[in-house]
Amino acid sequence: MNRILTSKWAKVVVFLLCLVPLGIIVWEGFTGGWGANPTQFLEHATGDWILRFLAITLAVTPLRKIKILGLTQLIRFRRMLGLFAFFYAFLHFSLYLGLDQVLDFHGVWADIAKRPYITVGFTGFVLMIPLAITSTAGMVRRMGYRRWQMLHRAIYVSAVAGVIHFYWLVKSDVHLPLIYAGIMAVLLGWRVFSWFSDRRRKPARGAPPRKEPSTVAAS
Amino acid sequence: MLLKRSSDLKYSDITPRDVYLNRRKFLYGLGLAGGVTLAGKGIANLAFPSTRAYASTKLPGIVKGQFSTDEKVTDPHVVTTYNNYYEFGTDKGDPAKNAQKFVTTPWSVSVEGEVSKPRKFTMDEILKLAPLEERIYRHRCVEGWSIVVPWVGYSFSTIAKLVEPNSNARYVAFESYFDKKQMPLWGRAGIELPYVEGLRLDEAMHPLALLCVGMYGETLPNQDGAPVRMVIPWKYGFKSIKSMVKIKFVKDQPPTTWNITNAHEYGFYSNVNPKVDHPRWSQAREVRLPGYFKNTPTQMFNGYGDQVASLYNGMDLKKNY
Repeated sequence: MNRILTSKWAKVVVFLLCLVPLGIIVWEGFTGGWGANPTQFLEHATGDWILRFLAITLAVTPLRKIKILGLTQLIRFRRMLGLFAFFYAFLHFSLYLGLDQVLDFHGVWADIAKRPYITVGFTGFVLMIPLAITSTAGMVRRMGYRRWQMLHRAIYVSAVAGVIHFYWLVKSDVHLPLIYAGIMAVLLGWRVFSWFSDRRRKPARGAPPRKEPSTVAAS
Repeated sequence: MLLKRSSDLKYSDITPRDVYLNRRKFLYGLGLAGGVTLAGKGIANLAFPSTRAYASTKLPGIVKGQFSTDEKVTDPHVVTTYNNYYEFGTDKGDPAKNAQKFVTTPWSVSVEGEVSKPRKFTMDEILKLAPLEERIYRHRCVEGWSIVVPWVGYSFSTIAKLVEPNSNARYVAFESYFDKKQMPLWGRAGIELPYVEGLRLDEAMHPLALLCVGMYGETLPNQDGAPVRMVIPWKYGFKSIKSMVKIKFVKDQPPTTWNITNAHEYGFYSNVNPKVDHPRWSQAREVRLPGYFKNTPTQMFNGYGDQVASLYNGMDLKKNY
């Protein structure tokens, strides 16, 4: 499996796969799928894919750590997946800004200040900006892996914020937001669990931190 | 917009299918040439064909009613495919798909409570109580979108007067049909069912309050509340109950579904009011469907202030939202 993942075409294939949702959304525009309220349709469609890409990105590390799967090389795609989450978030925010608020920046600020679901969604989006900016290998080197990793834990906050944003905006049918909440809870819960079990395995205080695979910075 | 109304044009033959198909080809070409261009309302109009998504019968003898707006009537395709009818699913496209097999015959509406002549009206009787009027009303959803619909019906007061409300009657409670078997998605709605709504008696007796049996010259499609519903044009859409089976004149303010669900967000009155925001979003503007931009200013009482503002004299509309 790792051989497929490390082949030179793998990244191209994943990149194209990540563009498929956008392709489908655009295609639906030509076949009447945007419906009577296209702005709402586009906001919902892009919003869904932000949460999906955040979940997929957050699934990379757990899947790598499950040894029997032999998927350690998944790390090669983590940055790209995270950047696609940001890409769909950028589209989502642009739609809100351009179509919903019709570039009324005053209205946008009023919304962010006054409406909790906008506040939390906007927070999740803004937190992704520094992550996107510092996603290059050069940035990892410049910042040092430990600090870079600390910063990039902000994705946990974005994921939670995204789910809360969704939960707070629906009128009464919370099924879908709860499904996303469940997925995020598993992905974040796994991290909490593995953090605790790592600590138990290495109880010595001040022990040197685990060495991370160099592939992270090199990918 | 596609829809130009003229006296002898039927809604169903507004735009021939081939014209649409040609337009779609044009749109496709546009897309290839210019990528995704959001050309404002244009694309939305081009993007969906006006073929009817429902089976309805033409209603005979419709006369022009008063209170009609001369604004552009919304494409019936929009009104029949973009619905809030939670019994048939919470997605806007769900009701059009899931309500097709909903059985609405036979149908009767029970009118009861604080009245001297309670009785049941069959659908046939309801259709013949008064001349059917076409009334073109603006319809504003609490979610921030609006449409313009040529409803068919007559003032609710017509039926109310027949049962003779007594002096105890101060409110009117409405109830929707509910059947778990026919509405298998009911459990997902997240609201208590059957759907109930209510009006103050003077609101219900206002000539604008419409007992509605059709739209676009035909009977109501299932997803739009067949066979009989209320239309209260100065209130948010959810106040206009669909598929009505019971009308009860009562002494005290009746419970209403969205108020039960979330009293903080949905009040008993729910008059359209651009100055009183929904706690989660602004009500100052709306998107007129089908359109991209939420740039139509929302009017006080949805533009029916001249007729209904006096009902609320001296009331704090911020408190009584």
